[in-house]
Amino acid sequence: MRIERRLRQPRWLVVAVPAGSLVFALFVSGLVLLATGHNALSSYRQIVDAAFLNSGAIGQTLTQATPLAFTGLAAAAAFRMRLFNIGAEGQLFMGAITADATALYLGGHGWPTALVIFAMVVAGCAGGAAWALIPGALRAFFKTNEIITSLMLNYVAAYVLTYLVFNTESYWRQTKGFNASVFPTSKEIPAVAFWPSWHIFPLGSGIAVLAALVLWFLFTRTRFGFEAQVLGDSPRAARYAGIRTRRKILAVMALSGSVAGLGGASQVGDFSHLLDADPNGLQKQYYGYTGIVVAALARYNPLAVVVVAFLIGALQNAGNTLQGADFPSGLVGVMQGIILFSALGGELLVRNRVRIGRTMPATEAA
Amino acid sequence: MGVQSEKDRRGADGAPPPAAVEMRAIVKRFPGVLANDRVDFQAAAGEVHALLGENGAGKSTLSNILTGLYRPDAGEIFIDGEPVHFQSPRDALDARIFMVHQHFRLVEPFTVAENVVLGDHRGDGRTFRLRPRAIEQRVGELSKRYGLAVDPRARVWQLSLGEQQRVEILKALYREARILILDEPTAVLTPQEADTLFETLREMAAEGRTVVFISHKLHEVKAVADRVTVLRGGRSIATVPAAEATPRSLASLMVGRELDGGQPARTRTPGEPALELTDVWSDGDRGDSAVRGASLVVRGGEIVAVAGVAGNGQRELAETVAGMRRATRGEILVGGKEIRGGDPRSAIAAGVAYVPEDRLGTGVAPSLSIASNLALKGYRERSSSHGPLLRLGRIRERAVELIQRYSIAASGPGAAARLLSGGNLQKVVLAREFSGKPRLLIAASPTRGLDVGAIETVHAYLREAAADGVGVLLISEDLDEILALADRIAVMYEGAIVGETPREEADVEEIGLLMAGGQDPRED
Repeated sequence: MRIERRLRQPRWLVVAVPAGSLVFALFVSGLVLLATGHNALSSYRQIVDAAFLNSGAIGQTLTQATPLAFTGLAAAAAFRMRLFNIGAEGQLFMGAITADATALYLGGHGWPTALVIFAMVVAGCAGGAAWALIPGALRAFFKTNEIITSLMLNYVAAYVLTYLVFNTESYWRQTKGFNASVFPTSKEIPAVAFWPSWHIFPLGSGIAVLAALVLWFLFTRTRFGFEAQVLGDSPRAARYAGIRTRRKILAVMALSGSVAGLGGASQVGDFSHLLDADPNGLQKQYYGYTGIVVAALARYNPLAVVVVAFLIGALQNAGNTLQGADFPSGLVGVMQGIILFSALGGELLVRNRVRIGRTMPATEAA
Repeated sequence: MGVQSEKDRRGADGAPPPAAVEMRAIVKRFPGVLANDRVDFQAAAGEVHALLGENGAGKSTLSNILTGLYRPDAGEIFIDGEPVHFQSPRDALDARIFMVHQHFRLVEPFTVAENVVLGDHRGDGRTFRLRPRAIEQRVGELSKRYGLAVDPRARVWQLSLGEQQRVEILKALYREARILILDEPTAVLTPQEADTLFETLREMAAEGRTVVFISHKLHEVKAVADRVTVLRGGRSIATVPAAEATPRSLASLMVGRELDGGQPARTRTPGEPALELTDVWSDGDRGDSAVRGASLVVRGGEIVAVAGVAGNGQRELAETVAGMRRATRGEILVGGKEIRGGDPRSAIAAGVAYVPEDRLGTGVAPSLSIASNLALKGYRERSSSHGPLLRLGRIRERAVELIQRYSIAASGPGAAARLLSGGNLQKVVLAREFSGKPRLLIAASPTRGLDVGAIETVHAYLREAAADGVGVLLISEDLDEILALADRIAVMYEGAIVGETPREEADVEEIGLLMAGGQDPRED
């Protein structure tokens, strides 16, 4: 058996291989479920019910999927140019901090809802972009490895978030009322700053879909996207073609950070309505890191990111709902891992083909 | 030391000893190239033997076969008269054949002593626990004895290139090399360092070792070698005693061709200067000056060739004019206007087209489509974009048109560039560079690695460009190509233009002599 590189990648493989990987992953997960004493088919049925069919299930799934869509898009935007921004986590925190402050300030000063929401969106983008520009500038001017700097800044951002609510009398911290005297908590944003939803569909989900369309357009139809593509494929060729490399790195990092920051704004506006600094809250969701997985599964295609984020969100939602005595919470994590491995393993088959036989000369006949 | 003296080797019957190395009828083929074509080579113990030839003459292939890196397709190797079959470099090392490559094989964070013992599987190198002191002492002794001044405890990254080379030689001495091959060892040395190296090599030969010295610089060969074997086009041409050879005779053996009749007379008259270089200096990748005061004029409609052995600053010169490298001194005028150094975009805007030597790494973005690669420079123009938006339909249309006009064999404009053959890839680069309506075209080794048919096509396009009034700066190591194309020939040596002559008056021997750093005979 031999693995060799494919010269051509037939189109049907791009669909068939991920689908095949998913079936394979479900099969292997089924074996795990059987081994742990569960009925595989009824477990899958439970998962589908909990993710989509039960009353309120879709809303819960969207709550999980929306931040993943933002962080997934953030990762996809940067990874397309081979800029490995691992910092969507911290950029999301920063976006949440700036959007929350904006909501508190403008909402408290009686601005109308539409303007407050718009300002929160802008502030979230700005916060995330500013945080992403730190590793971006280090990379552009000093050739620092952005994987390490953006990763480390996630911890800094998490500590900033905790500090703003737990360790100071900051603008974000709630100081009045009985609850606040028992446990440190942040101010709830005024109701005018709550993001509306359409039926069960939160505004943030809509913005995520819109962001995906904008990114897709940007990367496939504009000079900006073309330059990013060339730079991602061959920095030397980009320089040869007269593309301004440093500016491009800064711009793409800012873009990536602003999408992650939007996710933070959506957290505040759509779901929590306060700055969730609880070390077991937002910081334990790992949206930024799961977003990298989402982007990888979507092959950095912004439109696919939305779909993958919805599916991964559904799986996580099902895991949260079903966990209990007869369905250990770890199982969903195990399934996610198996799906990821199968999907990335499947990539190998898209790029390479496996040839069996051939290399063995017919010695048996002799 | 383990190196036998001349007396021991003669044996009881007093017959002359077999050659230390003998290679007979070595053949090595690579896809599309016959790198070694029945090469014979023989070197005796106690001699410095130079291997002389142009780039691509087969010197490196031959030495890679001798050191076990390649296996020959045909031919035999004898060491001290015994046939050997090297399966891997390890076998060659066990036979105490050692090579100092042009690009050193050293571990930079390690000390000199650690590098010396690395990979040695005898004695001190074999034990699990290194005994640094003993090794350092031994390395120190060797370095003193052979005048190879280097601190055994220094880390390699702290050393200059000359010192690193000494470490490589110390490695060979530590392992008691019997045959030492050096691939263009003086390329990284100052003249003084080179003289010291020559002394060391003579001393090693005097002890009965065989030193094979690969070079294309004639004066070095004269200075250090006992005998010279000349390779040309993959064949061994002659072996001559160095004392009897003159730079001129060696140059003609190395270049080995006469002017081929004549070219069709050229009727076009050169126009305005497309490129004027005045005392241009720029740095190489290692931070040393690679271009040292080059001055040259290329007029519209003329092809000016820069001849020279690779590594004499031609690539850096091309990159400087194309804006990819900053000129540290001097003036570059394109069409009479000075271009800003280190900014490819301003060079492109001034009308500089550039066909880079490294076409897959620099000339194209390999994973992108042919259409994208054809638009790589023109995407900012009106024809391909509308403000920030790309006109994808137009880009595709143009790609289809160019694919047809330049007969690029591809499945379509959407195919990835890396799937193309070398010749078709070069056509993509040429199609793009020509369609930008340039004033100056720099072509760096535009036919390297191409087959005969593709070479003809590329030549035709270059002539066509000149006929359209474009100034063409051709950089090539291939004298045939230069003679076939150029109106004027300039020779570059150690970063400067050392001679310039119209094609009609060109004398190949003189060019060969200038390329190899010999004096221009007219100045004697």
